[in-house]
Amino acid sequence: MALPQTKLDATEERLSSLTLPEGGWSGAARKDALARLREYGLPGRRDEYWKYTRPDTLVQPGAPRAALFDPGEAPVFDSIDRLKIVFVDGVFDAGASDDLSLEGVTIERLAEAQSDLHWAQSLYGVLEVKGQDPVQRPLAALNTAYATDGVLIHVTGKPSRPISLIYHHRSESSDAILHHVIKLDAGAEATILENGPAAARFNKCMEVDIADNATLHHVRTQGRDHERRAATHIFARLGTESVFKSFTLTANGVLTRNECVIELTGDDAVAHVAGACVGDGDFHHDDTVFITHDAVNCESRQVFKKVLRNGATGVFQGKILVKPGAQKTDGYQISQSLLLDDDSQFLAKPELEIYADDVACSHGSTSGAIDEEALFYLRSRGVPEGEAVNLLTLAFLAEAVEEIEDETLSEEITARIEQWLIRHAG
Amino acid sequence: MLEIKNLHVKLEEEDKQILKGVDLSVEAGKVHAIMGPNGSGKSTLSYVLSGREGYEVTGGSAELLGEDLLDMEPEERAAAGLFLAFQYPVEIPGVGNMTFLRTALNAQRKARGQEEMNATDFLKLIRAKAKELKIDADMLKRPVNVGFSGGEKKRNEILQMAMLEPKMCILDETDSGLDVDAMKLVSEGVNALRDEGRGFLVITHYQRLLDHIKPDVVHIMSDGRIIKTGGPELALEVEQNGYADLLAEVA
Ligand SMILES: Nc1ncnc2c1ncn2[C@@H]1O[C@H](COP(=O)(O)OP(=O)(O)OP(=O)(O)O)[C@@H](O)[C@H]1O
Ligand SMILES: [Mg+2]
Repeated sequence: MALPQTKLDATEERLSSLTLPEGGWSGAARKDALARLREYGLPGRRDEYWKYTRPDTLVQPGAPRAALFDPGEAPVFDSIDRLKIVFVDGVFDAGASDDLSLEGVTIERLAEAQSDLHWAQSLYGVLEVKGQDPVQRPLAALNTAYATDGVLIHVTGKPSRPISLIYHHRSESSDAILHHVIKLDAGAEATILENGPAAARFNKCMEVDIADNATLHHVRTQGRDHERRAATHIFARLGTESVFKSFTLTANGVLTRNECVIELTGDDAVAHVAGACVGDGDFHHDDTVFITHDAVNCESRQVFKKVLRNGATGVFQGKILVKPGAQKTDGYQISQSLLLDDDSQFLAKPELEIYADDVACSHGSTSGAIDEEALFYLRSRGVPEGEAVNLLTLAFLAEAVEEIEDETLSEEITARIEQWLIRHAG
Repeated sequence: MLEIKNLHVKLEEEDKQILKGVDLSVEAGKVHAIMGPNGSGKSTLSYVLSGREGYEVTGGSAELLGEDLLDMEPEERAAAGLFLAFQYPVEIPGVGNMTFLRTALNAQRKARGQEEMNATDFLKLIRAKAKELKIDADMLKRPVNVGFSGGEKKRNEILQMAMLEPKMCILDETDSGLDVDAMKLVSEGVNALRDEGRGFLVITHYQRLLDHIKPDVVHIMSDGRIIKTGGPELALEVEQNGYADLLAEVA
């Protein structure tokens, strides 16, 4: 079907502001992605998948200006021993980054891996393509085609430290496109951390291939710059008895769309995706998740919690697709928002599509205010109102934060949320 | 200690008068009991005193140690020394019992200009008090009242009271839902807190509790008023004859 002219125009206008990198081994994948993108067209306001989130500013040629922001606190994960890889407005910063060698893993930069052959060739754009069906994700195709850099992480063992991607935002008009490929060999285990606002506008794609019995932990925080925008994608494929646990904290940001596409392809695999977001005022946060069960006895959990005030908007689109034969599927999905006033809103579209008969899937979506009974109980014991509201808010977010397995990391995240709540007390 | 004068209270949302002139004075060091038929306004009185929303005071006053209670926020009343053991303690998922109690204790201390209690001292104290009430360590770690049995919730209320050491304790049917042994435990907990500087207002339907916590004064509440006040023998009279005679007396 031919694209509407407005969409064609918008797409070509955006593309005219970009240059397709040569790419070496990734060149073919980039050209394919570009063709794909031209076929889909960039997201428009009428697209069903963008019903609750206006894509305009994510699609327009230049990034809308985003003021720089001084968070006035130590960067997140600062106290954690990790291997640091730093990008400033999407440009690798060698001086601020650690040496990329670490036992049990090889790490390269996408921009430097220019040889004709590369292990990442079998994944780059490949998982993204799989994730384009049944729903198109044009911004991910754009990313595959035009990514200027990223990291290629091949985990062969169990590296002793987390690999930490740090994204600074130093230019008010930066428009960054990064693409990471993460491959875990059978039995490997790693933790990937991400933090920072990254750019005025950030388009990031992460393709993750987790082989049998391998485990990947992923914890990210998206940076507190109020005016930043981000469209991110995670495409993950899980092998037999493998585990993928991903958690995202989003505090502030005028517009964020986080898509997560997971395919459970091996029996007994486990995938948990969780997110906590806190928004005050000019804040729009969209979690769009698609989990496909294509093997027996797999478990998936989606736990998304949003705290919204002063007109902030939260969106959740989450789907569990159970393919024929994916028996004994255990699928759980919950999306909840706590509205701290009448101006804020939560829009949710939870979906289940099941083609196997022996499955246990549950989903729930709620939106509500602070529990007045609980609030009075706390206050009657002497807890001041503001503090009591914060305690209840943290409690509300706890189910999502608890998805982080590592206690140090979950405590770090909780502490960040606490500070945010204190700063944004009603 | 607690001075309630001619207190009139109606519901905020509807035109329904619930307290119709309550007069009650609890002295420091004394235990007062309130009995009365269902729906007579006992819980309402306790809620109004602790500052719960939904009620409108249309007349009268309530003072704690000379301070106007009705003018304070609930947390200020707590810091001033008021404590209500709820008839129906609230479950709060996600908030740990310990975190809650420590936050509450230190908030009260802060409000009174005292130093906060450090984590070690707090832990020591709560373990000791919990042990006396046979509350195990596991319960302390769980979210506030979540999954607690009815009796466990009531014991948890008394634990909070023991930790916070309020000056004026109101117990709303703390005995309901307790088995015989738990009733003894709870009563011992309350008796341990009896002190010259502390007053108690114990709301109950049964003499059973008053066997353990011996009241100095017993009030009978009916239709939003205290209709009779007497000694412990008044509770025994209710136990034997019910309220019919008393109600007839005032009618
Ligand atoms: N929020 C409310 N909405 C409607 N009615 C109320 C509310 N609060 C209290 N009432 C009514 O006020 C009256 C007094 O209730 P209250 O709970 O104080 O009685 P009580 O003496 O504690 O009774 P019980 O012995 O059963 O605990 C009752 O008729 C009750 O239905
Ligand atoms: Mg009652």
